[in-house]
Parts: sequence; C-alpha cells; structure tokens
Amino acid sequence: MTSALILHPGLVLIGGALLLPFLRGTARSAAVLAIPALALISLWLLPEGELWRIAWLDYELTPLAVDKLARLFASIFALMALIGGLFALRQENRLEVPAAYVYAGSAIGVTLAGDLISVFVFWELMAVGSTLVIWSAGTPAAWAASRRYVAVHLAGGMILFAGITGHILATGELGFTAMETDSVAHWLILAGFLINAGAPPLSAWLPDAYPEASWSGTVFLSAFTTKTAVYVLLRGFPGTEILIWLGLFMIFYGIVYALLENDMRRILAYSIVNQVGFMLVGIGIGTEMALNGAAAHAFTHIIYKALLLMSAGAVLAATGRRKCSELGGLFHSMPFTTLCGTIGALAISSFPLTSGFVSKSMVTQAAIDGHLQSVWLLLAAASAGVFLHAGIKFPWFVFFQRDSGLRPPDPPASLRWAMGLFAFLCIAIGVWPQPLYALLPYPVDYAPYTAAHVITQLQLLLFSGLAFFVMLDALKRTPTITLDVDWLWRVAGPAIARSAHEIWQEARARLAEASAARAAAVGALLARHRQPGGLLLRSWPSGGMALWVMVMLLANLLFYYLG
Amino acid sequence: MKTEHWLDHPRNIKRLWRGFLAVLALTLIAGFVVDLHPHFAVEGWPGFYAGYGFLTCLLMILGAKALGWLLKRPDRYYGRDERDD
Repeated sequence: MTSALILHPGLVLIGGALLLPFLRGTARSAAVLAIPALALISLWLLPEGELWRIAWLDYELTPLAVDKLARLFASIFALMALIGGLFALRQENRLEVPAAYVYAGSAIGVTLAGDLISVFVFWELMAVGSTLVIWSAGTPAAWAASRRYVAVHLAGGMILFAGITGHILATGELGFTAMETDSVAHWLILAGFLINAGAPPLSAWLPDAYPEASWSGTVFLSAFTTKTAVYVLLRGFPGTEILIWLGLFMIFYGIVYALLENDMRRILAYSIVNQVGFMLVGIGIGTEMALNGAAAHAFTHIIYKALLLMSAGAVLAATGRRKCSELGGLFHSMPFTTLCGTIGALAISSFPLTSGFVSKSMVTQAAIDGHLQSVWLLLAAASAGVFLHAGIKFPWFVFFQRDSGLRPPDPPASLRWAMGLFAFLCIAIGVWPQPLYALLPYPVDYAPYTAAHVITQLQLLLFSGLAFFVMLDALKRTPTITLDVDWLWRVAGPAIARSAHEIWQEARARLAEASAARAAAVGALLARHRQPGGLLLRSWPSGGMALWVMVMLLANLLFYYLG
Repeated sequence: MKTEHWLDHPRNIKRLWRGFLAVLALTLIAGFVVDLHPHFAVEGWPGFYAGYGFLTCLLMILGAKALGWLLKRPDRYYGRDERDD
C-alpha cells in the first residue's frame, strides 16, 4: 500500500472544518458536502492494520489503526456527518457545522485510535466540538446547558485520564485492547467511558443539553458522543456483566422519563439513553452474536434517531414550538415530514421491514442463546416500551392528535433530501440486511425474518400500541418537566453553596462582634504605649542605662568563671 | 386555511380502529397457526407476546404516572437560573 493513499478520515473532517469559515455561498455548501464525502472515501481506501506509528516520549502511538469494528463505526460517523451537513445547509449560524465536523472528525479519531493516548486526545476534542455545537444555538438556555454539559464531560475526561495513566503505569502497555475490571485504573477507564454513554448516575446530562441545540445541532449531537462510548466499550469491555444491568436500567429510565416528557426533542433525547441501554446489554452479554447486535444496533440507531430528530428539527424550524402540548395536526401541511418521522418511529420500534428489526433482535437472540430468561423478559418488555414512548408517542403528539391549527409547510429541499435519504436507509437496511451484516466484526449466522419472529414481534408491538390508545387519557401532555439527577447540580448544589456562604458570613460577623471589645482593648493598649510617655516612646534616664551595662558585665564575668 | 383531510372525518377514524383491531386479531390467530419455536416455557403460553406487550405497557405507564406524581414540576421550574445566566 502506498502511503500517498493513506489519509486519516478524522483529520480530513477536522481540517475541512477549519477551512469552512473562509468560504461563502455555493463554495461553502459544496465544501460542507465534499468534506465528509472525502472522509468517507479515504476511510474505505484504508487497508486493515496499524497504519500510522508515531514515537512520542518513550511511547509509540498508533493514531490510525483499522479493523472491521473501527471501520463500521467510522463509516456511520462519516455518513452521519455527510447527511447531517446536508440537513444543516440552511443553518444560518456559521459556527455550528464546522464545530459539528470537528466533533464528528474526533469521533472518527477515537474509533481509529489504536492506543489509549490517541483515544484520550480525540475524546477531549469531541467534548470541545460538541460543546460548541450546543453553544452555537445562541440562546441563554443553550449557553447555560453547554456549561453544564462541558463540566460533566471534562470531569469524565479527567476520570478517564486517571484510569489511562494508571493502566500505562501498571502494564507499560499503550494499546487499546479488551480489559478486565480487575484494577482501580480499569474501573476508572470504564467509568469515564460510561459517563459519555449516558449511563447512571449522570444520565441527565444528555436530555439536559442535547435538546437545547439548534434545529440542526441536535441531529449531530444525537450520533457521536454516546455511540463513540458504545464503540470503546465494545472494544475495551466486552462481556463485562455489570453492563447488562446498567443497560437495563438505562432502557427503563429512558422509557419512563420519555413517557412523562412534554418537549418533543427531550422525548427523543431520553430515548437515546434507552437505545444505548440495548447496546450496553449486548456488550455485557459479550457473545459474538451479542457484540454484533450491539454494533449493528449502534449503526441503525444513528440513522433512525437522526431521522427522528430531523423531523423534530423541521417542525421546530417551521413553528418555533417544541412542546407536544402546543403541537399536533401537522400531518395536514407537512406530509413529507410526517412520513419520514413515522418511518423513523417504526424503525426505532423494530417493526419488521425496518432497520431496527434486523439489529435489535440480535441482542435479544443473544439473551435467548445464553438462556438469560430474566434479561430476555426485560428486553421484551423494553421493546414494547420503545414503541410506546418513541414509536407512537412522538409521531402521535407532534403530527397527529388534536389539531393545533398550525399549518406550516414542509421544509426546504436540503432538509427534505436529508430526511428522505435516511428514511430510505431505514427501510433498505430492514428489507436487505446482508450488506450491514457483512460489515459487522464477527461472521453473522442469523436470519431475522422467520415467520415466528415476525409474528411474535408484531403481537408484542401492536398490543403495546393498543395499550397506548387505551391509556391515552393517562398520557395527556401537561406543561411540565420531570426532575432528574441534574437537579443535584442545578438546584441542590448551588443552594448548598449559597447556604454555606451565608453560614460563613454569619459566623464571621458573630466572631467580629464577640471579639470587638477585646480587640478594642488591645488596640487601646497598643495606642497608649505608642504615645510620648508610653512604654515604647518614653525617654529613659542615663543612670538606668549604666546599671544595665554593669549587670551585663557581671553576668559575663560569672559565666567566664563557670566556663 | 383549514384543509379537509380524510383523517379529519370521525367516520374514517372509526374505520381505522376497526382495521387495527382486525390486524390484532390476525396476529393472534397467526400465532396459533404458525409454530413459534418457543425457547423459554413462558413463550409457549397462548398469546404470550400479545398479553405480555399489553400488560407491561400498562405497568410502565402506571409506573411513569406514579413517578411523575413525585417528580413533575412546572416547565418554568429551572427558568429562573437560566435567565440569570
């Protein structure tokens, strides 16, 4: 392989992002599409193996290493940047797309990093890029959310850094390979990865920050951070049992909070946590089928979640509204957006003939193969719950339900093309899963379309749909939010800091009051002795001086004899 | 400029409901006709997936309601600190 063909796809995106601010008009639009396309092409030209080696201090870094798993994730990230860029062509903020490309490029950088130091460098760059994407929405709420977001991610980065340092000190190895949870360092690395995956106890950063980005920004955000975390967990901690239980917690946390939520993009943000939960369960089970399932589900999830958020973004851009209680009846005037949003909703619910059906069922199948009955039962309930909170709830309250009287038109062509392409992929992968299966890290021996599988899945989903409409009264939208752990750092933390400050002020005032009399006495004493006639300033008689000199001389004589 | 859509007619909504219930019945019947290859014992129960999907969804909705009763706040709850920023 000649080195001329070896371009780092992540650096192509990041370099391109730095070029974008200098372009205007058509040239800029062309570059927005060409940069991720070039990254995708350069990725597919890469052979497998460790391609770059760089000596740094005593270490040898491998910032470009390719295998099937890395190529799968890098491909979907580059594709996401391309279609997200197309969707965001009409975004007026000039910072957002370059920031998103730095973000996407560094996500690709993590997937192609062969050593832990490169992983860490790109990991932190990702935090910078994503914070700028949130920030570029330009609202006070987005500014506040981006500060909370970056605080969580910098803390996560620090934990990861501590873990990586400990790992290198203990083993002398830099390579990013599978680890066991057998040392403090490895637990720290796992914790650093899990924070970005949206795992408890800090899951709240995700639904707090993502929905504050612009109509196009949230689309980018939904794809990279959590799925990069899924990638590093797949490579670093396959078969770690605790991931099954964390994943199941995230699945039900996502469902319950999404059911309570009123903001359409926060519903979808909670459902990201829910979907990443399925992937974590797969990683935790750790068989080839389960790991394939987690990887495939990350791939299909990026597409349908971006599609859902694009349809929500189109509604937000057209109406300026984001609450379900203020939306409804949009199918009248936005039929194309309604169709695309519904396809995304069916795909996330794993309906037969959509992409979710061929990916999520591999995780379920792995639970069956491993005879994990309780895990399987919970996954089946969760599948029903996904249809409930994202599959029906989102399209129902946004596009159908009671007519809000809003009649915005479908969005402009660039947005329609982006949605159309991803909607097409949702169906195409569902109908023809073999190309995706061929990209997975392990050989696939699985047929999703058996009569039994299709029928049982349809029963599960359609009857949960029945439950939705039977319980519609209980699901009526109210203009409320639901408290999450971010309450701890948005309300409790500041309140504790404020009251600690008050207590300190109070204590200082009391101390000052109590000691005022004594301090005044001491002050008066000092002042008295600094006046003429005081101890320090009075004139001493010369006789006294002669007496003291005599005492000194006598003492000297005495010590001389004693010595 | 309200445009009439076929979905705006209550008559068509009723038809959709009938269609939906018919499809539900069809999936149930298909479940008896086709061998479902049960792996776990519970899968062998007649209509297990249908009943399980329906009941777990009811439980999740009720669970969410209960949690919401504890944790729901007006959506301007955090509003003040964000204006301060």
